Amino acid sequence: MTQLALVIDLNVCVGCHACVTSCKEWNTSGWAGPMADEEPYGKDPSGTFFNRVQMYEVGEFPATETVHFPKSCLHCEEPPCVPVCPTGASYKREDNGVVLVDYDKCIGCKYCSWSCPYGVRELDEYQKVMKKCTLCIDRISDETKPEAERKPACVLSCPTSARLFGDVHDPDSEVSVAIRENAGYQLMPEWGTKPANHYLPRRKTRIQIFEDELIRADNPLKKEEAVGEIIGDTIDDVAM
Amino acid sequence: MLDPTTHPDSAIGRVETKNTTCYMCACRCGIRVTLRDGEIRHIEGNPEHPLNKGVICAKGASGIMKQYSPARLTKPLLRKEGAERGSSEFEEISWERAFDIMEERLGNLRATDPKKFALFTGRDQMQALTGMFAKQYGTPNYAAHGGFCSVNMAAGMIYSIGGSFWEFGGPDLERSKLFIMIGTAEDHHSNPMKMELSKFKRHGGRFITINPVRTGYSAIADEWVPIKPGTDGALLLAICNELISQGLFDRDFLVQYTNAAELVIQDEARDDDGLFYRAEMHVEEGCFDPENKLWWDRELDVAMSTRTPGSDPYLLGEFTLDDGTKVKPSFQLLKDRLAEYTPEWAEGITGIPVETIKRLAHEMGVVARDQKIELPIQWTDCWGNEHDKVVGSPVSFHAMRGLAAHSNGFHTIRALSVLMTLLGTIDTPGGFRHKAPFPRPIPPCPKPPKGPEAVQPNTPLDGMPLGWPKDPDDLFVDGDGEPVRIDKAFSWEYPLSVHGLMQNAITNAWRGDPYKIDTLMLFMANMAWNSSMNTAKVREMLVDKDENGDYKIPFIIVADAFQSETVAFGDLVLPDTTYLERHDTISMLDRPISEYDGPVDSVRIPVVPPKGDCKPFQEVIVELGSRLKLPAFTNEDGSRKFRDYPDLITNFETSPGSGIGFLAGWRGKAGEKSLKGEPNPRQWEMYAKNNCVFHYELPLSYQYMRNWNKGYLEWARAHGLVRYAEPINLHLYSEVMQKFRLAAQGKRPGKQPPERLRNRVEQFFDPLPFYHETLEAQQVDTQEYPLNALTQRPMAMYHSWDSQNAWLRQIHTHNYLMVNPKLGRAQGFDDGDWVWVESPWGKVRCMARYSESVEPGTVWTWNAIGKASGAWALDPDANESQKGFLLNHLITEELPPSEAGEHLSNSDPVTGQAAWFDVRVKVYKAEEGEPEVSFPQFKPQHTLPGQPGKRGKWQVYFAGMFNRKKSA
Repeated sequence: MTQLALVIDLNVCVGCHACVTSCKEWNTSGWAGPMADEEPYGKDPSGTFFNRVQMYEVGEFPATETVHFPKSCLHCEEPPCVPVCPTGASYKREDNGVVLVDYDKCIGCKYCSWSCPYGVRELDEYQKVMKKCTLCIDRISDETKPEAERKPACVLSCPTSARLFGDVHDPDSEVSVAIRENAGYQLMPEWGTKPANHYLPRRKTRIQIFEDELIRADNPLKKEEAVGEIIGDTIDDVAM
Repeated sequence: MLDPTTHPDSAIGRVETKNTTCYMCACRCGIRVTLRDGEIRHIEGNPEHPLNKGVICAKGASGIMKQYSPARLTKPLLRKEGAERGSSEFEEISWERAFDIMEERLGNLRATDPKKFALFTGRDQMQALTGMFAKQYGTPNYAAHGGFCSVNMAAGMIYSIGGSFWEFGGPDLERSKLFIMIGTAEDHHSNPMKMELSKFKRHGGRFITINPVRTGYSAIADEWVPIKPGTDGALLLAICNELISQGLFDRDFLVQYTNAAELVIQDEARDDDGLFYRAEMHVEEGCFDPENKLWWDRELDVAMSTRTPGSDPYLLGEFTLDDGTKVKPSFQLLKDRLAEYTPEWAEGITGIPVETIKRLAHEMGVVARDQKIELPIQWTDCWGNEHDKVVGSPVSFHAMRGLAAHSNGFHTIRALSVLMTLLGTIDTPGGFRHKAPFPRPIPPCPKPPKGPEAVQPNTPLDGMPLGWPKDPDDLFVDGDGEPVRIDKAFSWEYPLSVHGLMQNAITNAWRGDPYKIDTLMLFMANMAWNSSMNTAKVREMLVDKDENGDYKIPFIIVADAFQSETVAFGDLVLPDTTYLERHDTISMLDRPISEYDGPVDSVRIPVVPPKGDCKPFQEVIVELGSRLKLPAFTNEDGSRKFRDYPDLITNFETSPGSGIGFLAGWRGKAGEKSLKGEPNPRQWEMYAKNNCVFHYELPLSYQYMRNWNKGYLEWARAHGLVRYAEPINLHLYSEVMQKFRLAAQGKRPGKQPPERLRNRVEQFFDPLPFYHETLEAQQVDTQEYPLNALTQRPMAMYHSWDSQNAWLRQIHTHNYLMVNPKLGRAQGFDDGDWVWVESPWGKVRCMARYSESVEPGTVWTWNAIGKASGAWALDPDANESQKGFLLNHLITEELPPSEAGEHLSNSDPVTGQAAWFDVRVKVYKAEEGEPEVSFPQFKPQHTLPGQPGKRGKWQVYFAGMFNRKKSA
């Protein structure tokens, strides 16, 4: 069975929020829209987003890491939000593993958001239904689009290509290779939810300079040493 | 719900897709805009565009919310009879009336004293047009925002290596192995930088960031080196010191491509002390570097013409020429200069451990020396030598405002240029690479006018409003050596102010120093808020009246697309379009988007009709130029030359028959020529068919070493990019600077500085980079104000523009003062507490946020999120004005009086770059019971006639439905 998912590379994410607004832009006018904004120009604006970037600081100055952490529905293989739904609005597609909400069936009871350990389900306060990432289901399945564009909006927009998209069940897919080769991990695997989305950790590149690399045959200062004039006698002048 | 997999999005409404160029920031990515039933469905990066290759950023993907923003201006507005300026009391008028008002006023000024009209523009991308208009009008008082943006970066590098970062050049991260980013926050160069950084890291490159703050790009660096603000020069000079003392510099590069070996006269008694010794030989006149200098040959131990085939010079030593002149190679002078700048010395200034400074130098030097890249590319240098390879040292740098926005920024950036030169990384693979039209001569050829006689009634300005002085005689001063421009650019106060000093224009005009003006026209510049220092006072100046009750600045015209803080201060307000509603050119004459491999320019083409009566500012310029009968806009018989802006772009040539116009692509009668050629009546169409972008890819042999690449330079000359195909040797030692110093020392005939400025010019016009404490730190009590305060622009916002954007403002709704917890604890305030931030010039109240990502001597905040109440169509109680704050209130636009002047700009004394980041502050907890509102507050602005109505509690955007059902 296909399991579509995102793999998010924290090694290159600079926290630019392109994924956040390109998601909103695609989805507000799409199948999962609209995504309303409360007090759009007033005090404490608050709207529906399927994807948010959280920023964390790790460690104490000066050993600080600043981590940008994009978070959206992880499309779990064992999604706790599905069995708790009293109306069947919350479901997991069999063809590609995407977890969706049918707004026509949703009664806004929030059971699913309570059951989600990742906090990625947000009630749309305007329509009073639960909304969340669909992996741009209406985009990735739109055969009128060229294949290269049948990807979630966040993936296409990401300037650092920190977001990879594909089938994590296909061992040869780009996402499976990335997970395998770069120590990709799931969030809170102990919950048994088997999140399909994975994250790739930070990786550091260092350069080791050895002392002997600083004592150089090609040291250009050698060329600046003028041939000194010979002052006084040499043995050559005086020896028999 | 319908099954999304069987009901495609394209079936929901009538779909059209159009290409244009983004303008949510200055990056200028190619975008594809999809419309549904005439409303914007979505804006994507154009995959076929060379700049962004399909990606888009948070701002670009929020363009919809800017297009439909309630802050849009839709009607020309005139301040109501009897209403006070600044009160936002306007009446709607017709464009005809607006043009009549401007035609009469500007026509009279032009006929009497054209300098009384001043035009200053903000973050626009049409300086080629606005500058041309100003020159044609005849006013010297024109500049764009470079003076308060990053002129130090432009001038410091262009006066050293003939090119600079961002549009004009950058790091070749594709081939680099070690990348050092210094003083760069989240912005320039936005999407390309993000794309390249990610590829660089994935290819195993090592990324070091040097910055007081770790956010954004710095977050993914392999190493963060925190540094005290304003001390980057000390670090860079210490690294140069270590590189030279370890012998890790690229000697061959220095000898052949720089003035390192060239002999400098060393005799304080002589008037030509510190200049290169120039042998007598025939020298062609022109704005290039004649090769009549000497070096000292190692083999024959004699002076010899530089670059004599077979000769190899000393870089170090001191010599006596046959005529008794004492000389030293400029590299020796650099080494002497660097002697005091040891890593140990720099540790105390920068806060960076000496071991780290040395290690940075060793990493740079060893990678540059031992990981050389050789590309099998044939090229010929300017001296006729054939090369069968291009050699690069894969160490690259990028820097921006963190270096530039200090009063010592010019020399800091000179130091960076010297460091890059020592490593031999100029226009080489893996190092710094130029983008057309750079490299240009050092300095480039255009010059400012020479004196007051350049300004005459009804006559175009004699000279360029902005240019590149090569010596004191190029200054724009009167007989007493005093400024001719209202912003005092190109005067002895800021001789190399190549972008002008917009940041002082209002204060000077208000004071009438050097003279009073009549009309100030501001385009897209938020001078009543985040683009001015000392903002509260500047707002008072804008409404201040003289003893007769007349405004000290008599007439203010503001052109903007949105209800900014500045719009309230207009007497006449001209509603501009958004980027999606107009034609534009990203021109080779201005700031193009060239790639390393060749020139690139682009256009905007309207994708939606203009809202209401808004009109592109370009059309305002063309209409005004035509009405005023400025020569470039008028046929010989006096009739109007250009129908409109697109017509001007198609047919304008820099001079009759020059073949050079705003756009470089598809020139020639049938579009068969590039860069230079006759106007092509179908040029716009051809851009439209080609993703709105023109990309000329140079042959590989012209892509590197362009300062000295004969083939490239001859091609560039033939295509009108440069005037001379002469080598552009790097100015390790700046003779240009020394000429100003000699004038200050009274050793040079010609223009002389006023007495009060002699010491200042002598000190700062040092031919070699040097470190000095910032001017503000020298004049204020740094014990009382121990902290540096900075601003950064967040990646999801572009200056003041995006608080009106319903989506982006949810990412940054208000700003905090970011402080290291150590500082907070010492001062007795906690994360989230209200605090006062106080400088010698003012104070603001705001909320503190603890952060471990900032060095403890620095506090910082996001720029321009704080807003004046009611501006930008936000509710008066919106977070931006009630919790958000503007750091600008703490920054002075003028230095305290000193022997050098009563009203010197708080700027770099070489370039006039606004020293935003010099400000020193203290932070303390607000008293119990104080209002939990940011300070200062201003009387709320109210909505203007023609602004779209309020949106109410909910905004529900669904393309195709929005205007039918705007709010609930």
